[in-house]
Amino acid sequence: MTNEGVAISAQAVSKVFGTAPNEMRALDAVSVDIRRNEFFTLLGPSGCGKTTLLRMIAGFEAPTEGAILLEGADITAEPPFKRPVNTVFQSYALFPHLTVSENIAFGLEMLGRSKAETETAVREMLALVRMEEMSGRLPAQLSGGQQQRVALARALAPRPSVLLLDEPLSALDLKLRQQMQIELKRMQRDTGITFIFVTHDQEEALTMSDRIGVMNGGKILQVGSPQEIYNRPVNRFVASFIGESNFLDAEVVESGRPARVKLAGGVEMAADYLEGETPSGKVTVTVRPEQIVLDPAGGAEGLAGKVTNTLYFGTDLYCYIDLGGGTELVARTPASAGGEGLHKVGDAVNIGFAPGALRIVGG
Amino acid sequence: MTRKPPEPGVLEARLEATRVKRNWLLSLPALVLLLVGASGPLLIVLVYSFMEPGDYSGVVWKPTFDAWVQIFFSRDIFDDTLGLADAHLTIFWRSVRLSLLTTLITIAFGLPTAYFIATRPGRARVFWLFLITIPFWTNLLVRTFAILEMIRSEGLINTWLQNLGLISEPLQIMYTDTAVLIGMAYVYLPLMVLPLYAAIERFDFRLVEAGYDLYANRWQVLRRVILPIVKPGIVAGSILVFVPSLGAYVTPRVLGGGKNMMIGNFIELQFGQGRNWPLGSSLSILLLLIVMVALLFYVRVSTRESER
Repeated sequence: MTNEGVAISAQAVSKVFGTAPNEMRALDAVSVDIRRNEFFTLLGPSGCGKTTLLRMIAGFEAPTEGAILLEGADITAEPPFKRPVNTVFQSYALFPHLTVSENIAFGLEMLGRSKAETETAVREMLALVRMEEMSGRLPAQLSGGQQQRVALARALAPRPSVLLLDEPLSALDLKLRQQMQIELKRMQRDTGITFIFVTHDQEEALTMSDRIGVMNGGKILQVGSPQEIYNRPVNRFVASFIGESNFLDAEVVESGRPARVKLAGGVEMAADYLEGETPSGKVTVTVRPEQIVLDPAGGAEGLAGKVTNTLYFGTDLYCYIDLGGGTELVARTPASAGGEGLHKVGDAVNIGFAPGALRIVGG
Repeated sequence: MTRKPPEPGVLEARLEATRVKRNWLLSLPALVLLLVGASGPLLIVLVYSFMEPGDYSGVVWKPTFDAWVQIFFSRDIFDDTLGLADAHLTIFWRSVRLSLLTTLITIAFGLPTAYFIATRPGRARVFWLFLITIPFWTNLLVRTFAILEMIRSEGLINTWLQNLGLISEPLQIMYTDTAVLIGMAYVYLPLMVLPLYAAIERFDFRLVEAGYDLYANRWQVLRRVILPIVKPGIVAGSILVFVPSLGAYVTPRVLGGGKNMMIGNFIELQFGQGRNWPLGSSLSILLLLIVMVALLFYVRVSTRESER
């Protein structure tokens, strides 16, 4: 049964392209609930099935198995033009023969809204995306960023229950992209419409989303807030795809919470893990570069290595550290003012971890 | 003695000038051909249209507007009063009507055909386009006789229909406007398909999805998204079909017989049995003017399209 507050619910949807033996399973029994009024991001590498899932919600693809529910009603068999769901296409797909205003009005006209109502809505949308002066232009006369805004206004004008955004920022340059990220967030708050945003850019996902669904290989691996995904990744893929991570081999010597693990070199440390799991034997532990402390007072934990390379980023210094035995770590330490006290290639360093920094992400 | 280097740009300008001069010389053969082959004869025809007809053929060098008056009016043989030339008007009307219908029929058949070809994968596209252009390699007369073989009373269609028991008497298609229409639609279809294909091939089918997404059903997507965008192709194809249809000679002659004349046949008649060269000339110029109006219309539509 569907709970209150769920806008879109995908229920065990699969999509198989082609026929056996050349079939390709783009989606594999994916289930996810997307809440009303949230900014939900589907994040994953290309070919992970995120766009297929989005196109299924839009109605451009029919699931091979499973169902799509909108506000609790099964819309799996509904054609796209009967779903109160609009899409901002990656290519924008603006109608080249219509002006900005006519593009924005298109959906409302097809819905049979009155002329007055359409005009009011178009004016509102032009204001929302700050394109009032461009209303009479054709798409070909607009820059990429402007086309992007028109595509957004066109999709928002009919006030859909859900707005789908298919990597809409990927064609924009960095500066414009950052600006649009802020504006998208503002528009989502102002309109109160559920946004489902598809991207392969983990930074974009972290900064914009209320919740993120991380996808790979046609499956959703983890759904959670950006903080949850970043701090408590369910497996090695999630840990490596979102943010930077170090992976170390370890052996569990004492289960419990936190567990005690023995790292290469015999050093024992505390490591956290997901609820409902009981780690044992050989495991992989992960630690974020910024949670590594170099030269901790006393170096009590006893892990030591040698700096093999450094990268200076102004605010931070990245140190590549060889732990011996083929294990390498990346540490990100604040670069102190004046360049004093920076680690240099060849320096021997003691390594410590921030409390709770080590996590077990798989056996 | 030192030579001053030329001012910047001077050398380039001089080079450009020589290049232009050389290119102009290259266009000389074409200009000569145009003058001798087109402008010259056209001028003769124009002059003839203002002369009196000779008794057997040719013209008598007496200037008159008679030939132009005769296009629309006929002089009563008894009291010399002018009346509307009904027979002429019937021929004009038939020419325009059949040409318009041919254009519409080729659009109706050409759109799905072009859509089909444009949506095939690359290699298959080349194959289908090749098939479309095959009729161009065959003489028009041969193609017209092929159609005749299909539609005549003892032809393929009538034989089949009779064998199937669908009709007891052969259908009289030959020597009707329908026969001319079938023939012209067949002959000019490739001229419609090619520009339509070019327009549809460029069409971004993601716009169809955008249309569906914005609550347009199939019919609305066709009318509001696809047709407006491929319109230049439709207009280009229509001109390519309408213009030669209007001046068609062979097809109405073979399939329409003597009584279903079009302007082309009527002009031929004036230079032959009619022995009225001035009238033939004025009709030719009139046909040219109609074609020019059609082309002007095309230019206006296409420039308005590109301005938008």
